[in-house]
Parts: sequence; structure tokens; C-alpha cells
Amino acid sequence: MKNSVINFLYLTAGDYPSAPCVTDGQGVLTFGQLFSSASDLAEELKQGRETNQPILVYLPKGISAIVSFAGILISGNFYAPVDIRSPKNRLKAIIENLVPYRIVSARAYAEDLQELSVPDERIIFLEDIPQGTRPVDELIAKARETTDQIIDTDPCYVMHTSGSTGIPKGVVIPHRGVIDYIEWAIPCLNVANNEVIGSQAPLYFDNSTLDIYLSWAVGAKLDLIPDGLFVFPVRLIEYMEAQEITFIFFVPSVLVNISKMNLLRPDRLPALKKVVFAGEVMPTKHLAYWQEILPDKLYVNLYGPTEITVDCTYFIVNQKYEPHESLPIGFPCHNSGILILNDEDRPARAGEQGELCVRGSSLALGYWNNPEKTEQVFTQNPLQKNYPDRIYRTGDLVYQNGRNEIIYVGRKDSQIKHMGNRIELGEIETAVMAIPHIDNCCVLYNEDKQEITLFYEGKAEISVSDLRKSLIQTLPNYMIPRKSHYFEKLPFNPNGKIDRKALKNEFF
Amino acid sequence: MREVLDILKDIHPEHDFSESENFISDGLLDSFDIVTIVAALEEKFAFTIDGEDVTPENFMNLETLGQFVQHYLSLSHP
Repeated sequence: MKNSVINFLYLTAGDYPSAPCVTDGQGVLTFGQLFSSASDLAEELKQGRETNQPILVYLPKGISAIVSFAGILISGNFYAPVDIRSPKNRLKAIIENLVPYRIVSARAYAEDLQELSVPDERIIFLEDIPQGTRPVDELIAKARETTDQIIDTDPCYVMHTSGSTGIPKGVVIPHRGVIDYIEWAIPCLNVANNEVIGSQAPLYFDNSTLDIYLSWAVGAKLDLIPDGLFVFPVRLIEYMEAQEITFIFFVPSVLVNISKMNLLRPDRLPALKKVVFAGEVMPTKHLAYWQEILPDKLYVNLYGPTEITVDCTYFIVNQKYEPHESLPIGFPCHNSGILILNDEDRPARAGEQGELCVRGSSLALGYWNNPEKTEQVFTQNPLQKNYPDRIYRTGDLVYQNGRNEIIYVGRKDSQIKHMGNRIELGEIETAVMAIPHIDNCCVLYNEDKQEITLFYEGKAEISVSDLRKSLIQTLPNYMIPRKSHYFEKLPFNPNGKIDRKALKNEFF
Repeated sequence: MREVLDILKDIHPEHDFSESENFISDGLLDSFDIVTIVAALEEKFAFTIDGEDVTPENFMNLETLGQFVQHYLSLSHP
């Protein structure tokens, strides 16, 4: 049994040192080169003599970030990637909560880090690290000395997701979560070393876990598709063809954009074999477009929140669905326990709605430095009283259809998925309330138009551009409301709460 | 093109699109915006845009986007 995810890389770097490992449209590294550069970083990190510490990675998506993840793991520590384009206040909140032991970055971001008041002695710039020349086998043996001390319940990474109080939550994922996930994925998705994995997910979004570790585990090439290509899907398709990408794990919105622009032809994307998607609901109308024009690809719908290591159910699409039908999220992944609990915390009957709860090795250790939030959602299995048996309550409402397939219905709370991003509407409300002259507000999501909409009351209407200018200080661009409505007084329901239902009925 | 600028302003009132030489490298538009703009242009001018034409060259700045719309208008109303 593997104790650390880095064991995946020991095997492939040892077996295929000269095979291409990762490319980002500019450079390529072989598995041997990746391991060698990562070992250099690990040596630097080991100067601090501590292990099992959080290391923040302040880098854009690219080869350097992948080298950093490997180097941090070889040093016996764990990584926390962040979106460097996030507002500084948000990054500060993450850093203050995480208290990273070191920050791995590049000289180009020195000024950013200064603005974030990171102490200089904690920063490691990749350019400054001396390069070693030892052979890969020796480096692997050396790395094992440190990583053999890791156990599989130690953290592998911390991913930050939206938190309703305005401070992102750091989900702590142990090695065993990732090992368990990848060992399910390889046989299920039939992944081998001839695969070329086209990566869309940002590295601070946990969908990237599948891309990275599949590559490391089987020795396949990871192609970090340049960000800008997703803006113009016609260029994205050209790139995927030129790079002969065979496997993609994208958020549905990318596939939907290709469908909306009607860019597929039967002779396009000949190398592509597997189209895997997750992160939000895949509209069946757009999936049908892909199936119609490219019928020979394997289409797989995955489902799962960050807290259970990326995915816990999967559905291999085996038929076409009508636009009004929901695509199932399918069946539990191997070694994932799925419970559907009704309002009485009892197993839901067939067809009855309940909350999807997960048990097993995939569970996060909890939220970093946040025992209250952790206890709220990581709880004792109510069906089992005799020994500690932890479940994660996802907040997602589902039911099982007549074929035992799990169907996603919606959320229990006000969490939404917008362009693949997981957002707590409460986080936006917290940011809005910080704007002077706003007395009350609520934020709702218009599913049909995919618009985050703000309703607020205050002394006077605030121009949309001023609202945006304030919010961009604290929120990422994708969280900023597209529409806003001003009220002298917001409507209230008899319970004294803002009448969200009335607002939805009137404005959506 | 007044109408094109209005569509852009409607999406991002805080940006000064007329000042930008390159919407994408200036960070004014992302992938969701492009789809929104295509839909808005199609609705406004009652033509259908070929996805193959949704390129960085055509959506670079106000001038290229204006020419792009003119081109489509001349196709649909010869």
C-alpha cells in the first residue's frame, strides 16, 4: 500500500525517465527532468528541517507549478495552490489562516508577495535554487529516506473553496484520498501511458488532481492547455488536434461553449478518445450535440465535492438524453460509500430525495484551522452508533431512479456552481455588506441566464461600475454579480427574512 | 459602432473598451463574456455568427469587432 502520492512518481520516473511528462505550450519536461528539478526544490525545502508543513505555491498554471508540487511532496510537506489573480485581500485571508511554512514562487511575483506582507525568509524563488546533477535512481532513493516517514493520513494538499463568511475554507486532503481516487480512476477510465491528458482545470481547483496524478501514475504526458485558448473555443480545438490530446477532464461550460458555437465536425478531434466532465451539471442538450457529431468518444460524467477528493460517483454515458432529462451522476466510485439520507437522517427510499453523504478513505481530514465548520459537515454516520464512522454531508440533494442511478437535484443551501466555480452566495453577500451605504442585501443565482444577481437596499442607488469597483477588491471576477437591483426597502417574508422567493418570481 | 460598445458596456460597465487595443490581453473579457457577446450580437443584429469566426483577431478591440459586425451585416443584407 502506498503511503504517499509521490510513490506514483517514483515508479514512473524510475521506469520512463526520458518519456515526456508535462508540457505547457512553451516547454516540455521528461519524467526524469521533472524529478530532478523537484528534487532540487525538495533539498531547499529540507533546509528548514520540518516536515508535514503547508507550503503555499504562488505561481501561475505551468510546468513550474507542477515541479513545485512534486518537490514539496518529496520534501515530506504538502502543498496549497492559490489563484494568483485573486484579489489581494482574499489571498491575505488565506495566508493568514494557513500560515504557510514556506512559499514557493518565482522572481516575477516578488512584488505581489511584498504586497501580501509575506516575510522574505519564508519565500523560495525557483530561479535561485541550485541545480543538482545526480541520476534519477539516486534521487529517488534519497527522496524515499524522507517520504518513507509519511503516512497516508498525512495531508497531501490544501485546496481553498468559497466560504460564506468571506474567508475561503481550506480543505485538507490526505495522501490516501488521492491514492484511493487514482486507483479507482485508472481501471475505470482505462488510462495507460499512451494517453495525452489535456488539462483545463486551474491547479487551485481540485479537478486538476485527476490530470496530474493520472499522468504521474501511468507515465502519460500532461498537457497544460494555455488559459487563453478557452476564451476562443475554435483555437482550443485546433490546439487539441495539434497536440493529439486523447483525454480531457473539463468543466461542462467549456464543452457547452463548443456546442453553442457549433464547432464540431465528424472529422475533428480524431485523436481524442475520452471526454470526462465534472464540476457542474452537464446540460443534456449540449452533451447530445457532442454525442451526435462525435459518437465514438467515451463520455463520462463525474460528481463530487472537494471534501471527498474530487469525485465520489461516476456515470459512463450509455445513451442519448432528451433536453428535459437529467444526466445521472451515476454510481459510487470503487471504495466510496454513498448514503442518501432523508430529513429524518434515515436512508431515502428509491425515488425519495435526500442529502448525498460520503464515507470512506476519500474524506478530507477537515477544514484547515476551522474545527467548527469541520464538525458541522463531517459527522458521525447516523446509521452506525457502535464505533466512530465519519461521513461528509455534501449538502447536495439527490435521489435514486429505477435503474439505481443517482440523480442530482440541487442544493440544500445557497451554494452555487457558476462556470465550474463553486461559490457560496453568502460570501458575495458578506462582501456587498462591506460597501458603505448598503444596509441590506441578498444575492441570488439566475440559473437560466447563468447570472449572479444582487438585490440591495440603502440610501441611494449605486452605479453598477462603482459596485464592481468595490467588489473586485475582495472577490474574484467570476463571483461579481452581473445584474443588480436597488430597493429602498427589500421585500420581507412573514418570518422577517428577505423574501428570496418573491424576488426570484419577480425578476427571474 | 455605438451598438457594439453598448453591448460591451452592458456586460462590463467598469471597463473602458474604447481605450483598449486588445480586450483579451488587457483582461477585459473572459470565455463566458465571449459567449454572451456572441449571443447579444446575434440578437441585436439578427444574424447568425459562425463559431469558426469567433477568433482573437475578430474580438481584439472595438475596431476589429466593428468590422466583424459590418462584415456579417453585409452578408445578411447584401
